[in-house]
Amino acid sequence: MQGLDDLYREVILDHYRTPHGSDALENPAVKVEGFNPLCGDELVMEMSVDADGRITALHIEPNGCSISVASASMLVQQLSGKTLQEAIALKDIFKAVMRGESWPAGQDFGDLEALEGVKNFPVRVKCALLAWMTLEQALAQYDPELAGQVEADDDIEVKTH
Amino acid sequence: MTIDTEAATGASSGSAELDVARIRADFPILQRQVHGKPLVYLDNSATTQRPDAVIDAMSNFYRTSNANVHRGVHLLSEEATDAYEGARAKVAAFLNADSTQSVIFTRNTTESINLVAHAWARRHVRKDDEILLTVMEHHSNLVPWQLLAQERGCKLRFLDIDEAGHLQLENLNEVLNEHTRLVALTHVSNALGTVNAIPTIACAAHSVGAKVLVDGAQGVPHGPVDVQALDCDFYAYSPHKALGPLGIGVLWARRDVLEEMDPFLGGGEMIRDVTLERSTWAAVPHKFEAGTPSVADAVGLGASIDYLEGVGTAQIRQHEVKINEYLLGRLRELPWLTVYGPQDPRDRCSLASFNDNQIHAHDLGTILDQHGLAIRAGHHCAKPLMRRLGVMATARASFYIYNDLDEVDRLVEALFEARKVFGLAT
Repeated sequence: MQGLDDLYREVILDHYRTPHGSDALENPAVKVEGFNPLCGDELVMEMSVDADGRITALHIEPNGCSISVASASMLVQQLSGKTLQEAIALKDIFKAVMRGESWPAGQDFGDLEALEGVKNFPVRVKCALLAWMTLEQALAQYDPELAGQVEADDDIEVKTH
Repeated sequence: MTIDTEAATGASSGSAELDVARIRADFPILQRQVHGKPLVYLDNSATTQRPDAVIDAMSNFYRTSNANVHRGVHLLSEEATDAYEGARAKVAAFLNADSTQSVIFTRNTTESINLVAHAWARRHVRKDDEILLTVMEHHSNLVPWQLLAQERGCKLRFLDIDEAGHLQLENLNEVLNEHTRLVALTHVSNALGTVNAIPTIACAAHSVGAKVLVDGAQGVPHGPVDVQALDCDFYAYSPHKALGPLGIGVLWARRDVLEEMDPFLGGGEMIRDVTLERSTWAAVPHKFEAGTPSVADAVGLGASIDYLEGVGTAQIRQHEVKINEYLLGRLRELPWLTVYGPQDPRDRCSLASFNDNQIHAHDLGTILDQHGLAIRAGHHCAKPLMRRLGVMATARASFYIYNDLDEVDRLVEALFEARKVFGLAT
């Protein structure tokens, strides 16, 4: 079916079956737990950052549907090795796409682009956003000055450790 | 009589099967297409659909008799009051209540339970007293008692389930004692479908002096309910889960228990006399019905009871068992599926809670929706039960009087389709 094929693209199912970031980190800089009370999906995220403000490693323990797991896996794939500012920029673009905007022209967003179909299933957008809302809290916890660049979301709660 | 498995087997009644095609014609929404497919509505445990008789009764009330109830001296007010109080009498007869005056209208089951927590429990439950609940409760029959426990310092205890999803009645005497003031439990589990042995539990509770509250949200829709035979003290339900309107709830309580309760909400309708300093209360049930009630919803509720009685509550239960036998059999054909709750079709209402071993319940919900099937996926407002089962969520398909065996087949076909979407073997 057209709508389902658009949502459950093969690349999404691949990430769901074997998510990136499954290896736990030694002494992560931050560990946060994201939680979507609407559906009960949970996500633990650990992040290591080097002295230059670069994300050296991410670890996720997703517990949820294919969309939330794939989105978290793609986040790990996209952001490992990126700076915190690059992470914030990508997070903002992804949230905008989930709100209905188009991907910015001339840039390659890799597997993440496959999640665009989610915006045609409004009740599932929260699933795709869980990892990115959790990332926001991880960034804010790592550097409180970054907290000004993250927005609160009423429907997703994040617990910091 | 509990939900009556005697009648369900047809042994005592010999009654005819439901004419599902004729029933379906009474429900205009069932003509709808969803994503280009005929709607298969299997979310009845969340809310059922309404027949024309209910929609028309509410519409006619607004068109012909609308007025505020009680105290009006004009004809319309008299008609509205008669309609409202007439609905109360219908509910009382439907539940075999001890008196019409022991039926209170609320907004929903949740409000009915909160009413008991405020108006009865605050007077009767003290520090170190105990309230016995079960691990299968909906949040609506858990959170009000947690709030009370925080306020009063009373203790909450829990009856566990066995692996089949039955309450462990053999442990009842270990969790009941002279400190138990209240046993509050669901009649039928909204997540497992388990029909609980209320009279057995009520008997044990009463033997230690505890009162018994039954959350009937899933009980009333699924067969005959007789609150006196159940031997409970409080029975709460939401008519919208049994063809009635959204927005009205019912609390039945034994008349002598109601007479000893404090008011719940304060305001108009619930007073006898008011001075600037203090007030005295109206007689039950109006003492518990502050403010203008939802009169049209009560009228619709009355019409839904007429409809259910026309179909026959014993026949409804019989239909449910027939659906269950077929549903459980078909679901058991799918080796990748885990189906929760009792194995015997007669021990459950007509819902199936299940998980695909590779596909999350939310994904199933989305895929089934694209095939025209409305099911529920999630924790079903029973998170402690989900933890007890060791899952985050389940998919739940819940059937009612307008669902037939071919819709079980549509469900199973769609579950195969979901495997295809995920590239999984069948």
